[in-house]
Amino acid sequence: MDSIYKALVDIVGSDYVSNRTEELFTYSKDLGTSEPRWPDYVAAPKTAEEVSRIVKLANEQNVAVVPLGGGLSLAGLALPLKGGIELDLKRMDQILELNQKARYVLVEAGASHGKLTAHLHKNAPHLMHSEPGAPPAATIGGNIAIHGQGDLGHPYGFNSDMINGMEVVLPTGEICRFGSCALGNDWYTLHPLPDVSLFMGWSGSTGIITKVSLRLFPCKKIQEQDIFVVDDGDLIPDILYELTHIGMAEDLVVVSQEIPPPFNRLHYVLINIAGDCRDEMEFKRQLMFDGKLSKFIQDGTAGIGAGGMDVERPVVSKTSDWRKGGGFEYVGAIVPVTAYPECYRHGVAVSARHGIPYTTLGRVLGTGHSMMFSWTFAFNRADADSVRHSREALHETDEVVLKLGGTLWKPAVFGQKLLMDRMDPNTLQVMKKVKTMLDPNGIMNPGNWEVA
Amino acid sequence: MALTQYKYMDVIHRCFRCGYCKFPQDWEDVDNCPAYARHRLESYSNGGRLWLIRAWITGEIEWSPHLADIVYSCVACKNCEEKCPLSFAGDIVNMVTAARNEMVEQGLVPPPVKKFLENVQLHGNPYGMAAKKRSEWMGELSLEPYNKQEFLYFVGSEGAYDTRAQLAARALAGLLQKAGTSFGVLGNAETDDGNEVELLGEDGLTEILAEKNITRFNELGVKKIITLSPHAYNAFKTVYPRFGGNYEIYHYTRILQDLLQAGKLQASQMENARITYHDPCFLGRWNNEYTAPRKVLQAIGGSRFIEMPRSRKSALCCGGGAGNYFTDLLGGSEDSPARIRARQARETGADILAVACPNCLSMLEDAVKVEGLENELLVKDIAELMNGS
Repeated sequence: MDSIYKALVDIVGSDYVSNRTEELFTYSKDLGTSEPRWPDYVAAPKTAEEVSRIVKLANEQNVAVVPLGGGLSLAGLALPLKGGIELDLKRMDQILELNQKARYVLVEAGASHGKLTAHLHKNAPHLMHSEPGAPPAATIGGNIAIHGQGDLGHPYGFNSDMINGMEVVLPTGEICRFGSCALGNDWYTLHPLPDVSLFMGWSGSTGIITKVSLRLFPCKKIQEQDIFVVDDGDLIPDILYELTHIGMAEDLVVVSQEIPPPFNRLHYVLINIAGDCRDEMEFKRQLMFDGKLSKFIQDGTAGIGAGGMDVERPVVSKTSDWRKGGGFEYVGAIVPVTAYPECYRHGVAVSARHGIPYTTLGRVLGTGHSMMFSWTFAFNRADADSVRHSREALHETDEVVLKLGGTLWKPAVFGQKLLMDRMDPNTLQVMKKVKTMLDPNGIMNPGNWEVA
Repeated sequence: MALTQYKYMDVIHRCFRCGYCKFPQDWEDVDNCPAYARHRLESYSNGGRLWLIRAWITGEIEWSPHLADIVYSCVACKNCEEKCPLSFAGDIVNMVTAARNEMVEQGLVPPPVKKFLENVQLHGNPYGMAAKKRSEWMGELSLEPYNKQEFLYFVGSEGAYDTRAQLAARALAGLLQKAGTSFGVLGNAETDDGNEVELLGEDGLTEILAEKNITRFNELGVKKIITLSPHAYNAFKTVYPRFGGNYEIYHYTRILQDLLQAGKLQASQMENARITYHDPCFLGRWNNEYTAPRKVLQAIGGSRFIEMPRSRKSALCCGGGAGNYFTDLLGGSEDSPARIRARQARETGADILAVACPNCLSMLEDAVKVEGLENELLVKDIAELMNGS
């Protein structure tokens, strides 16, 4: 028997290891436009200790290890570009501690966002975490590894800004903790050395996140979504500036899309607000619509599209079915809020060139400090030409982002190279030193963030 | 496989593999797909399975015994169809069954599936027991052969041959007698209903079974049928009309509910019993019957009914659907769905796990034993609870 396979069986048990075609095929595929990349083995560990043993085995055998969460990055970030062991972390799914007074929850990294939401709803309905705009099967650890952002992005920033501590299996197999937990204390802060950016955003190329302490935030009793509609995208930065000044919203997202027709060429500012009583809600509405947004309404340049709607979990998977094709991928960028109009215009143009109905979305991060802007390209998985068009549109958009002065969020390998081509050489050298120091044998998700 | 053969070629690529299909209604966890809960590898998730089927159809991968195991590990519980947000959700199980049709056509099914189908073909039941022993389930009961009574009581293969399910079959017959219900049975003339045969992809045999049963029912003048099994209930209600068989079909829990309401049946007394209930997939998700079993259980005197958090549309399947109570492709692990379900039942504090399906009865009773819970949790069919057995 293959010695690596046998060793993996010894570590996680035969039920959770495979080197058979069916599993290798399944894990060779990403949901986006990436070409398949086949692993040599698939393993699903249950504990950090098992992860550690697998990583040590990979070093001994000089094979790659690629951690996988929900597999929903769409950008091929967990594809085994150089083969090796695909590590499905979703069996590490326990919610370990809910500390309501300190407002944090400690979870294993493979726990899904859906599971955490349900857990909080049941056990602490007055608390919430920031859910990414991804299907509920997205994992907490995976979202951190790609520097995710979610529906509390306006008040609190990126999801990866909401971390109190982490446990990570280093590329050499040591299990390390960062934050107050490293002192043997509770998992309530990232201090004394809060800069654990060695792992966040690196897509698992510097280590495997196995536990996360997430900050929780007040979950108000009443939540609603209001929609402000604008036909001139140039006004969006001003509108967002006004809204972020008063800070009444929990989430500020601007959507424009070609389908369905009522959305075409219009910009829908989705404003989520929450309150513990009707007076609080009314106060917030008045500040927004009677105060800050009234001039746009009076000018006749914008209007209230809808008010008091239920806040529902976005069903992003439906995007994959717009062309009855089963697929979509998007470029996510971090840009200044002022870049919204240009981002939108380029999105429309790129989509038109490739015959894809345009879909753009911008989410405010922090108090208007930046915006995550995404350009989505749906495709038909059964039509190679359609997939090619989407892939080309994605690459063109990556280039557009950099021309506009933006930076790419969770870029695919193509985008990573564009970024590194433009990056300050000293910064690149730091990246290389970090990678070499942590991962001397280059086994961790190789092909991602590789400095030449 | 040739592309043109597969019925859902224009749909199957539309699965995005987003994973909604793994969750119960309240998103509690990703373990409400029985096959995925058992194996926890993406290949066994419904999305993974559909992508593999498509890869086989398009020639991207070859058939293998392991591929067949994955395709047959789906128990057709329809949890995926409840959760999938896309417009083709209602065809997910059909897409899997269509792939099984192709495997049957090509003789490429897993050995236990082959055995199941052979047994039904040869003996009229999946266990390979003699057809002439089918009526032995009645034991000492004196039951009339069907002869124009109001109802035909269709026991089904599980009730007729599985020793545990036989107890439930007898309990129900006793209750119907006690209530003065006009009914008869087919005895050795009964044969398999074909529900599982269809889900295992054997269309030809399904047709033979349906036509055989329909011919018999029509010859005898059957108008109304009571089924012990939700699987037979589903077959008669949704499959047989395709072959011209149209009858009034009742799952027995609905009959018991009516008999209680009419005062023809007295509810049993079970002082201090704490009862929880497991929704069978073919009664619940397949046929939207959630009320009758609960009404009957709630009528039991002195008992307390406790709902499991995963109930109704969120109920975790026992893992016995689509023939898996025989083929056992999800067994052998503490993560086998029946064992997970037994633990979920025990966590409610209940001391009785009530079921309304002979498959669930045997699956869950076995699981309770393996979990070492037999002194804490009794698995009982609703008919048994009602007649105090």
